[in-house]
Amino acid sequence: MPHPGRDRALLWTLRLFAVSSVAIVLLVVAFVSGESAPALAEVGPVRFFSDPSWHPASGFFNMVPMLAGTVLVSAGALLLAAPLGVLSAIFLQFYAPPALRSYWRNLIGLLAGIPSVVYGFWGLVSLVPLINRLHPPGQSLLAGILVLALMVLPTIALLSDAALESVPAHYLRSAAALGLSRWGTVSGVVLPAARGGILTGVALAAARAVGETMAVLMVCGNVVRMPEGLFDPVRTLTANIALEMAYAGSAHRSALFVSGLALLAIVALGAGFSEAARRKVVANG
Amino acid sequence: MADALTAPVAATPARADGALRETAALVAVWGTAALIAGVFLWILGELVWNGVGALSWEYLTSAPREAGRAGGIAPILVSTLAILGVCLAATVPIAFGSAVFLAEYTSDAGRFGRVVRTSLDVLAGVPSIVFGLFGNAFFCRTLGLGFSILSGGLTLACMALPLVIRSTEEGLRAVPREYRMGAAALALSRTTTLFRLLLPAAVPGLTAGLVLGIGRALAETAALIFTSGYVDRMPSSLLDSGRALSIHVYDLSMNVAGGDRNAYASALVLVGLLLLVNGVAGALSALWRRRLAAP
Repeated sequence: MPHPGRDRALLWTLRLFAVSSVAIVLLVVAFVSGESAPALAEVGPVRFFSDPSWHPASGFFNMVPMLAGTVLVSAGALLLAAPLGVLSAIFLQFYAPPALRSYWRNLIGLLAGIPSVVYGFWGLVSLVPLINRLHPPGQSLLAGILVLALMVLPTIALLSDAALESVPAHYLRSAAALGLSRWGTVSGVVLPAARGGILTGVALAAARAVGETMAVLMVCGNVVRMPEGLFDPVRTLTANIALEMAYAGSAHRSALFVSGLALLAIVALGAGFSEAARRKVVANG
Repeated sequence: MADALTAPVAATPARADGALRETAALVAVWGTAALIAGVFLWILGELVWNGVGALSWEYLTSAPREAGRAGGIAPILVSTLAILGVCLAATVPIAFGSAVFLAEYTSDAGRFGRVVRTSLDVLAGVPSIVFGLFGNAFFCRTLGLGFSILSGGLTLACMALPLVIRSTEEGLRAVPREYRMGAAALALSRTTTLFRLLLPAAVPGLTAGLVLGIGRALAETAALIFTSGYVDRMPSSLLDSGRALSIHVYDLSMNVAGGDRNAYASALVLVGLLLLVNGVAGALSALWRRRLAAP
């Protein structure tokens, strides 16, 4: 029997639940900007770039070295992970023997599931000593780039795989009919057709790289200084928050929330950019 | 697919260039695959090789001593499970209600549904350390929960929500339209249709979503440092601070000299738990698929 009253109650309950995720987003934005407000008002946005150094206890708030750390580690990781991730997807779709394919998908899934703290630990105990032998101190920009590349690789590999899979089958048949070789098909037909999906994957990986905390915190050395080379230690914005929140006084704490706000802004910009890129690719067919 | 593409490459001089490129590509693709598999084995091998020696029943059931250099991880396991429990208790009803609402009551064009979906996308992109900041400001300070298992679990719930909602919604959308039309033709109320017909059919999607959420919550570290805290004693209530397993690995490897051996063991336990969760999920979904195929 229909129960209009009960149905209406159900609908309103469900609406309430659905609203809660909107509420959480608003709360996150409200609290992070609310806590940043004192620093933004007292220190002002300019001094985060122009102060002589980062010594919050003495009232110096220059975030540029940490911003540079975040950008350098993320960009390096993407430069390394993007080609490897796409090649992994090409391997899966066009080169791997059929018997190997499901194993390969599982392997990439497992890599994606390894916690960042375990990547960081592995980097600390096995990569850092190797780099140290090459050029001390070991905890460095290079270590961060390598570990982070490994961490974002599954994201790029999985999304590229989905993009390659969605290339229409008649493209492949046409390529075969034209007598294109395997690599000719991949490079001339499949990759151009799938570039939208691949770009989305890279953009998602970029967001993940910028936001990653534990792994870079454990292998990068965390010295607040502009790095001069791959072997210099760096500190990222995320690592800075994790390291200093525990003992931050009020102005310092507020400055750390400003860096959280900056992270949110970078990630949002990236998401907007990737959405725009996707639309453009879709529009161009 | 690949078999249809293996076109013959003739070894005539004009094609020698192409053949070279073909070989280079083959080497690059297989080389990448070998590299990825090699690094994976390196990580896993290193954990097992160095961790398995320290692992024992006693390690799992005794308290840590000397900041974790000696002793076990019993209170840490209890805290981890308690944080996970809080996270799930908050996530399941909200995720479930939101997913039903999104799948059954909104269209892609509707405004309210679009706002909710955009919010979920935003939430999925927020870095975990920012969730940590938010959790510290909102749950610990504003709500006065302090550094506690409750604060940590609720912070993780905010993070896991988009993942679980997305997967549950997909599960519901996979239920054939005919079910709903049949229910409407029988004049069943929406409530009855939902609880008797759609939810049972969507159980695999819900489970998959939950497993994803559990995996994310178990692996998370950065969001917990300033919400559930570092205390490695056995928690006596949800308002006590409790150290999660992932934080234990971090602390042992970074802040405790000589903690590496036990860090290996803890990392191994953490990865083992995640593999277990994934394995159970795989087995469950295989079971359901077989049952769906049977009738």
